[in-house]
Amino acid sequence: MGKINDILSPFTAWKHVVNKPVTIKDPVSRIAADRYRGFHKNNLEKCIGCGTCESICQNAAIDMVPVEGIETKHGDSGLRPRIDYGRCCWCALCVDICTTNSLSMSNEYIWIDEDPEVFRFVPGAEKKSWDTRQAGWQKPSDNYELYDPQRVKMGELSPEIRHDSFVEIVQGFSKEQAIAEADRCVECGICTATCPAHMGIPEYIKAIRNDNLDQGLKILYETNPLPEICGRICTHKCETVCSVGHHGEPLSIRWLKRYIADQNPADKYKEILNQGNIDDKGKKIAIIGAGPSGLSAAYYLSLMGYSCTIFEKLPQAGGMMRYGIPEYRLPYDQLDKDINYILSLGVDIKYNATVGKDITLEQLHNDYDAVYTGTGLHSGRSTRIHGTEHKNVYQAVDLLRDVSLGKEIPVAEKIVVIGGGNVAMDITRTIARLQKQKYGKVQVIATSLESEEEMPADREEIVEAREEMAIIEPGWGPVEIIIENDKITGLKVNKCLSVFDEERRFNPKFDKENQKIFPADMVIESIGQGADLSYITESFKENLEMDQRGRIIVDKHFQTSLKWFFAGGDIIQGPDVITSIANGHKAAIGIDKFINRNS
Amino acid sequence: MSKKLFTYNHDRSLFPEKGQDGKPNIDLSSHKFMKIWHGPQHPGITGNMSLELTLQGDEVMDCETHVGYLHRGFEKLMERRKYIQCFPIVCRVAVPEPDFNEYCFASAMEELAGIQIPENAVWLRNLVLEMSRLQSYLMWIGGQAGSLGQGIIGQWSLYCRDLVLDRFEELTGGRIYHMYIIPGGVRGNLPDGFLKRMEETLQIIESFMKDIKKVMFNNAVFKKRTVEMGVIEKDWIYKYGITGPNARATGIAKDVRKDYPYLKYPDLDFEPVTSEYSDIYNRADVRRRDLLLSIDLIRQILAKIPLKGDIRAKTPNVLHWKVPSGETYSRAECTRGEYGYYLVSDGSEYPRRVNVRGPSYTHAVALLEDMIINENIADVAGLMVSLHTYPPEIER
Ligand code: SF4
Ligand code: SF4
Ligand code: SF4
Repeated sequence: MGKINDILSPFTAWKHVVNKPVTIKDPVSRIAADRYRGFHKNNLEKCIGCGTCESICQNAAIDMVPVEGIETKHGDSGLRPRIDYGRCCWCALCVDICTTNSLSMSNEYIWIDEDPEVFRFVPGAEKKSWDTRQAGWQKPSDNYELYDPQRVKMGELSPEIRHDSFVEIVQGFSKEQAIAEADRCVECGICTATCPAHMGIPEYIKAIRNDNLDQGLKILYETNPLPEICGRICTHKCETVCSVGHHGEPLSIRWLKRYIADQNPADKYKEILNQGNIDDKGKKIAIIGAGPSGLSAAYYLSLMGYSCTIFEKLPQAGGMMRYGIPEYRLPYDQLDKDINYILSLGVDIKYNATVGKDITLEQLHNDYDAVYTGTGLHSGRSTRIHGTEHKNVYQAVDLLRDVSLGKEIPVAEKIVVIGGGNVAMDITRTIARLQKQKYGKVQVIATSLESEEEMPADREEIVEAREEMAIIEPGWGPVEIIIENDKITGLKVNKCLSVFDEERRFNPKFDKENQKIFPADMVIESIGQGADLSYITESFKENLEMDQRGRIIVDKHFQTSLKWFFAGGDIIQGPDVITSIANGHKAAIGIDKFINRNS
Repeated sequence: MSKKLFTYNHDRSLFPEKGQDGKPNIDLSSHKFMKIWHGPQHPGITGNMSLELTLQGDEVMDCETHVGYLHRGFEKLMERRKYIQCFPIVCRVAVPEPDFNEYCFASAMEELAGIQIPENAVWLRNLVLEMSRLQSYLMWIGGQAGSLGQGIIGQWSLYCRDLVLDRFEELTGGRIYHMYIIPGGVRGNLPDGFLKRMEETLQIIESFMKDIKKVMFNNAVFKKRTVEMGVIEKDWIYKYGITGPNARATGIAKDVRKDYPYLKYPDLDFEPVTSEYSDIYNRADVRRRDLLLSIDLIRQILAKIPLKGDIRAKTPNVLHWKVPSGETYSRAECTRGEYGYYLVSDGSEYPRRVNVRGPSYTHAVALLEDMIINENIADVAGLMVSLHTYPPEIER
């Protein structure tokens, strides 16, 4: 029976003869699934050319190439990924890792052409039929991340503990925290391009990951001899552009730098950086001002074998870093750590030596082979509104300097600060602390012309100031300081509608109907600072090229039209510390070139 | 009459004498022998591999297997790739059944790195591995029938396989190389309506499997050519290291899913499929029943799987993921038997050594060379398919 069945049974296959053949499926008009990994699409506006897609591609199918119409700018390399479909294996890792989520795939997979060259193209730049398709692979949702988009939280003193003291707020990373934070970096280098000093950021972050802090320190000093300082108060333009910040929080680059510097004790610097035995070139350089740019110039010049002498007007080195930035942001011992290392290379420094008074520029010109000036912006600008002549109207920079000098400063019960930059925040928060100490409560209002979004101060400064009970009132233009019986009673302000016009020129517009008075017994102005260049006497000025606004014109090496005279720092660019450091470094190279050419 | 039609008598008198090593004395210059190359393209297996056969008449006297046609050097390549970059490579080790590579590689890495993947991802991995088994058997069954001259089975089974690939496509974004089981988890939750479409697919496959049983297994010709053919003895299992259906057909219930439970197998209800006697017919039948078991397991999984949730654990940044130094062996039961990845890490961003244990190496090189002697040339292809070999996994 079984045998007969085995002969007959196969004939049951004939029942399919009436069915549609299963072998016919149409591969051409078939639409692939929604998640299909087909040809790439790229939103070129969103893409920043970070090249992370290129780094992950194990097939080397991606090349970053320039694309017409896309310019290199801060935060954008100007390059875009070009994909070679002769190499691509359609894994979509490039899509999953894309830092901006600009890259995706369509569900198109059929494309026939005789010319093999066409299969290598820049998605988004060369229009394709699938560019507008919705379907296709996107980065998966549901907490799927190939790197952590969230920052490691930084320990900070709580507002209650810190609001009446000048103890440093930010506590710094532990080793585990630093390594975890460093792990988030995709090593794209977008930050390096934006950093004024072009610091080797991905490189020192890598050194942290590898727990090789000696190497980290060496990398820092290649471009920045003030890492403890910058690790605390740098304006971190790098973080604003960090690729990881596009769909997540940017790397805490500044804190990572601080971590390297903090972990290396000062007495180890000599050994780690190993900068002994520098040949003395027998040339002397005078540097005016021991601020960041002067110190940076001194450091790099010393390494090249020049003997440098710094002339500093104030009793200690550091410039604005010491006399402008409050201690709770930058403790003096950390400042000294960086400065002392630079001085230990043999840099001579003359304190309380004002050029133009104690020694003239002419003397420097005669006694030294070149002169570098980085005297910074130390004179506060006034709004010049009615009432600013009153004795209870102060300049923020003056008060901040006095605090650092250990002098007592006037602290009224109700104070209004005019300004929305970092200096304004510094004085507001300093005042808040002093008011807390003196009156047990805080009554300080900082008002800026700019709206909250446009305020030039760092975001965290604003947040922290508020945590410390200061009131921030953005978007008001000062009209006059109200004085009754010779006493300040308040600041009258107008609502500010916009600060800049269409051409991004400073041209504030006000709503005169919308007025307000901030009560105050004392007003502090912090709307910017100017330079005091009185030490450049008329005889020099004749040959010194300046622009209409009175700024000294320099070339790319910060050389002025007086060939022996170099200038940098806040008087030329910025104002900020890292730009000044970068200026000092470039000027050092320029001075070296100048001296080599002349000798 | 019928008896004579299907009878084939070996005439042992024509055979060469055996030498002291037990191998026949083959003297090619005697002109009694013929050497032919079976392969590298032939109906015996999916992929390229050659058998150098020495025949006397139509009977195989000697056989040497030749591999190397598919060598891509993946194991070596991986030593120069970051871990994440190995992920798109591993699936290519066994083209027709890539997911076991993805799973073994990922789980080995996760074990060394001490990473626990989300529950949801464990279920999804389990689903994908069973789907992979299903489509792989569907491909094999067409090959088994085709190597013995039955074309129709392959047409049906590849249609069914295509339906499974459709499901793969909507879940993973790819039909053949799924690149879905990524170190740390998987790359997507079930799309909307997946359960329904999967159930439809399973029902179609079940219906075709009924037909296949009638047309292929209840078939006098198929039985004649497979019963008592290519027998694997029970005591060879440990001698050669035979695993999977090849071993289970002898009655030994070797199944990694039971012996070294992984993923969600402990939560699923099943018994390894076995038989009493490992000839071609029974091996084919074990595979057929294992295929049906897969359908059952997929249903069990889909009844329990959470439909949403996290799909990937938090891992270090994949661009510089350093796996702590150590070594491990991660295994899974694929259609051919035990699939394994031996992974050595020296603590750097690159694997120090990746060694793939594909069951095909054991079955198609060592075992085949011994089994094939004295078989008829016409049965070679059928015998090879009955060992279920995927040459790409021999050559990593
Ligand atoms: S990873 Fe994304 S943003 Fe970066 S270059 Fe590639 S496509 Fe552009
Ligand atoms: S899909 Fe994979 S192989 Fe293709 S370009 Fe992207 S990363 Fe490279
Ligand atoms: S810190 Fe950010 S911008 Fe810089 S290399 Fe790392 S990921 Fe790129």
